[in-house]
Amino acid sequence: MAKERKLHSLRVMNMHIPYHIIMIIWSFISMFPVWILIINTFKIRKEIYTNPFGLPKVWTLQNYKSLLANANFFVYFRNSFLVVVVSLFMILFLGSLCAYALAHWRTRFSGGVYFFFVLGMMLPIKIATIRLLQIMKNLGLMNSLFSLYPVYIAMGLPTAVFILTEFIHGLPTELYEAGFMDGAGRFRIYYNIVLPLIRPALATVAIYNLVPIWNDLWFPLIFITKEDQKTVLLAVTMLQGQYSTDWPKLLTILAMSALPVITLYLLMSKQFVKGLTAGAVKG
Amino acid sequence: MSHAVIIDKAVKRYGDFQAVNGISLTIKPGEFFTLLGPSGCGKTTLLRMIAGFNTVDGGEIRFDDSVINNVPAHKRDIGMVFQNYAIFPHLNVTDNVAYGLKARKVPNAEIGPRVMEALKMVQIDHLATRKPNELSGGQQQRVALARAFVIEPSVLLMDEPLSNLDAKLRVQMRTTIKKLQRRLGITTVYVTHDQEEALAISDRIAVMKEGNIMQVGAPEEIYRKPANPFVANFIGVSNFIDCDVNASGGKAEVTIEGKYHISMPANQAYQGAAILSARPEQLFLSDKGIPGVITLALFLGDFVQYEIRLENDQVIELNEYTKDTDSTRAVGENVFVDFNPRQVSLYKKDSQEVLSC
Repeated sequence: MAKERKLHSLRVMNMHIPYHIIMIIWSFISMFPVWILIINTFKIRKEIYTNPFGLPKVWTLQNYKSLLANANFFVYFRNSFLVVVVSLFMILFLGSLCAYALAHWRTRFSGGVYFFFVLGMMLPIKIATIRLLQIMKNLGLMNSLFSLYPVYIAMGLPTAVFILTEFIHGLPTELYEAGFMDGAGRFRIYYNIVLPLIRPALATVAIYNLVPIWNDLWFPLIFITKEDQKTVLLAVTMLQGQYSTDWPKLLTILAMSALPVITLYLLMSKQFVKGLTAGAVKG
Repeated sequence: MSHAVIIDKAVKRYGDFQAVNGISLTIKPGEFFTLLGPSGCGKTTLLRMIAGFNTVDGGEIRFDDSVINNVPAHKRDIGMVFQNYAIFPHLNVTDNVAYGLKARKVPNAEIGPRVMEALKMVQIDHLATRKPNELSGGQQQRVALARAFVIEPSVLLMDEPLSNLDAKLRVQMRTTIKKLQRRLGITTVYVTHDQEEALAISDRIAVMKEGNIMQVGAPEEIYRKPANPFVANFIGVSNFIDCDVNASGGKAEVTIEGKYHISMPANQAYQGAAILSARPEQLFLSDKGIPGVITLALFLGDFVQYEIRLENDQVIELNEYTKDTDSTRAVGENVFVDFNPRQVSLYKKDSQEVLSC
């Protein structure tokens, strides 16, 4: 009898009820704006003002239709997509190569290089905006996506190098030695052994950088004014006028722009958590 | 073709610390040679010097006549089995074994059959498509073995390959390794701290301590005729009994505790304090000999293990085989401990130099 009750209470304890209550409240708070955003995209313009929080009385897809009918919209998305893919690829490629070197050929010099990279995590890149603007101007990169790539790659490299170096360092050295003994060169070992084994860490770095790059407004705002080089978020700001704001269009484009990020996050969240914790427990 | 491995006054320094202290060894072609010693004795350091992962700071290492001090690891024609297997977790068994062949640009048509043959030799050909995390420890070890010899190296190095396996599997695997080595005839350098494993598997053993070689010899030789007390105690168990020796003309008169006199063969003239080293199974209970009292008697089936306190309060260990007696002695019984003088070893007390022959 007593034993049964004890087991029962243990089971109840394992449900962590207080934590769940807190998490449910927290999720509700975080999800609420997203929910408002989504439902409002299905309303006609007038209803957004009269009934901002309720479900639409009249469901409409008009907002999406008009957005997709706008050719510029695809240009913005293509630009954002290009910026993210190219920057992420370069961050992962350069970051993993750099981390591979830093994890393995440890000299006083490499310690300095590592410190230099990690320093980048502590200094906000925005304090260098004016200099960057001058540099881009002199290089003739203004109004081009090529002004964004180097900035985003530089933004992403510190965390990439930090996470990947620790991760590569945690792999057993015998794996490299075995590969080396088998006649594989350093690049072959990097490509054949290191890269497949650090996939979870690469996913972590990718997600970690995906959101800030996709959502960055600051640099496109400064570097880009030409219509065909604008990113999604920059385009959104143009919808927000001084006197009137096109709310349905604004909300719809925001909802659309959140979609790729949310999808990718859901797809990769398992790898993301694995990468974050794997580095932590390997001593 | 397998090479002889000649190590000539090899030195490895870490700062002020000399991990390998001018070691010289000659390992014959096709020989199964073991470096044996406690942890920190430099055996793995020496192996890694042969492998090319550690630099040679003094002396030289030769494969036959060619000095390999500055030859990079992958050009030394070596296969290596690592303690933690080091098989690639993201590749299946076949790809793991094929890795070295691919890296060496062996033609594709040749790779498949060679991998299959290697897998058959270690009896895991039925697991060819498995991933390493779907294999048991013993199977992973077999993959590591196959990968090491599939490239047909002239020297095979093994760094404590069995230490991560459970006791039963370890015994099974060491037989597999031994048979495989015989069949392939590859010169093999094997590192272990397990003396039983070393005795079972090796053609010859080098016992190491603090970067020095203490003795080199066949397993039976180092067991029966240990060159110094360290080897006597590291290989098996030995009792060390203080005694006085008066040796001349190839004969030593040994006096133990001023009471028990026995004469032994000796290799040199010497007079003074000495250490008599006797293994538990070399001692027997008798009606004459060194007097003592039984303080512990453990019946272990095929033998009885006694602890006997001598009159100087030293406690020694003695094994008596069940088949040689009718009953176990009682604790507290007064007994005499005797031995065959031709079996035990005798060392000078100060220099630890061997006196018996």
